[in-house]
Amino acid sequence: MNTHTTQSMDITPHAHADVGGPTQPLLMVQDLIKHFALPKDILGRSSGVVRAVDGIDFAVRKGETLGVVGESGCGKSTTARLLMNLTVPDHGDIIFDGQSVGSKELSLKEFRRQAQMVFQDSYASLNPRLTIEDSVAFAPQVHGVDKQAAIDRARDLLARVGLDPRRFAERYPHELSGGQRQRVNIARALALQPRLIILDEAVSALDKSVEAQVLNLLLDLKEEFGLTYVFISHDLNVVRYISDRVMVMYLGQVVEIGDCETLFESPRHPYTRALLSSVPSMDPDNRTEEPPLSGDPPNPINPPSGCRFHTRCVHAESVCSTTMPKLVTDAQGTGVACLMHVVRSGHSAAPLSEQEAA
Amino acid sequence: MMNIAVNPAKVPAVVFEKSTGYWQNVSQRFMRDRVAVFAAIVILILFAMAIFGNQLAPHDPFAASIMKRLKPIGFPGHWLGTDELGRDMLTRLIVGTKLSLFMGITPVVLAFCIGSVIGIIAGYAGGAVNTLIMRTIDVFYAFPSVLLAIALSGVLGAGITNSLISLTIVFIPPIARVSESVTTQIRSRDFVDAARASGANAFTIVRVHVLGNVLGPIFVYATSLIAVSMILASGLSFLGLGVKPPEPEWGLMLNTLRTAIYVQPWIAAMPGVMIFITSIAFNLLSDGLRTAMEIKN
Repeated sequence: MNTHTTQSMDITPHAHADVGGPTQPLLMVQDLIKHFALPKDILGRSSGVVRAVDGIDFAVRKGETLGVVGESGCGKSTTARLLMNLTVPDHGDIIFDGQSVGSKELSLKEFRRQAQMVFQDSYASLNPRLTIEDSVAFAPQVHGVDKQAAIDRARDLLARVGLDPRRFAERYPHELSGGQRQRVNIARALALQPRLIILDEAVSALDKSVEAQVLNLLLDLKEEFGLTYVFISHDLNVVRYISDRVMVMYLGQVVEIGDCETLFESPRHPYTRALLSSVPSMDPDNRTEEPPLSGDPPNPINPPSGCRFHTRCVHAESVCSTTMPKLVTDAQGTGVACLMHVVRSGHSAAPLSEQEAA
Repeated sequence: MMNIAVNPAKVPAVVFEKSTGYWQNVSQRFMRDRVAVFAAIVILILFAMAIFGNQLAPHDPFAASIMKRLKPIGFPGHWLGTDELGRDMLTRLIVGTKLSLFMGITPVVLAFCIGSVIGIIAGYAGGAVNTLIMRTIDVFYAFPSVLLAIALSGVLGAGITNSLISLTIVFIPPIARVSESVTTQIRSRDFVDAARASGANAFTIVRVHVLGNVLGPIFVYATSLIAVSMILASGLSFLGLGVKPPEPEWGLMLNTLRTAIYVQPWIAAMPGVMIFITSIAFNLLSDGLRTAMEIKN
């Protein structure tokens, strides 16, 4: 990389060694917690904490796209920032390909070379004083690639994301449209040849037509570079289109995780069902029978006791306000955190035996 | 449409479309602002007077004449009259430009260097470091700037160097505060997070991503302080804490001529007019710069 590369391709897929083999999840998150302290009052007493992310566990397999959905304020974006360590977690482990992030085998800097992030606001995520090729070439230079090689790589990547470098490389962000800027951001994320890309509402701010183009670009790049995505969005259609598996979050916790089609076809958690029924259907025969989700989510400062969803759940019973259901995932990585699916939980709809549950 | 180049061959480097850079835009916008350009011209003239003062001046600034004291404006040979010792006013106003500008600009330049470093550190570090630095800075805000400058000069003793030091200390807190607030703003932008996510250390991020975005606004603010600095420096000289007689400097001249205010009010007001013109020119310049730099996307 130190030589003056005239040939373009340093953007080879799998630039980093696959440590754990194909069955080792690329990313494992264990009991991740982040509570934000509210400003102290005038006497210095703490007035509480926002439980933005409150103990989540999940795994991302190699080569898959994990969609993350939930209402605003459920902790999706905080989770993304915690994964990149942009916000320091209070508790929890992030294990990347079998190696704990921040340990001796995998320093934070090295992890950040293998995992990158694309932000929602395409304008705010580009430095207005740098040309777009300089923005894309910044990260490789941080990791010791010399300036000219980094610029060459940036131009190749701009071409890969559909921006002709001759027209765009030396332009400034304000001269580009939202969709073009988001392509630049994707090129920047690719510049370190990462294995994992976290897309935090990466297409949410784009027009529908541009959104479709960028989604297809993401799918193409994924195949070409062998990438793994964590795709965060509030748009259920987009998530369904792009994801292999989906994780549903509610008030800082994971309520359901599973295969994308299965989850969309037969959601098991009442919240997932309510969330899916909020998507308007084009088919008049396919009316929503369950009442749609009403009201805002409860305040994450003082979340409800027991199951956090019981205040809005149509199936809530007294046991739901006292017992917190735990998310237990099976070998397929499918799981639901609801007392109706826990054997003899005390809920009237709960299965009475393991056989019935299966 | 989806235009994924499967084989992006090496792109010829000759035909790259360049766009006008940010500073090019700023200077174009600035040139269209007539008031600001006029102010800039006035300042250029003042600088020319400061540099070539001795050659431009018609008389020796120190040559006194007991017979020609306090002559009015238009007196033959002395177009702007003479001062209380019979020295030519025009000469002393021209020669005084050098010292007056020097006393006005130097403290701001020094405070810009020190204050912006303090402010950027505080703004980028945030948290406890920010609190510690900014609360310390706030202590200086408890004193009115004029009093603080006088007190510091009084403690350090009279003289040009000491008044420069005291003025620098007076201007560090406001510049640090402005730097801190613009840095805090930039720091919360996603591109700084993206830079952090790429593994860059704080120093690299500040150098590449923060400085280019904050130095402009800090510079504009500092230019507006030059006017204040000139007035404060003149004030110190007026009080006998800055430049010593017989050196020509506008503030000092204002002081020595105040006894003549009933005899020759126009002569006595002359150094004040110069201070006024200079400070308003710097203010208009900084206004123009600020407007030119506020480019909306």
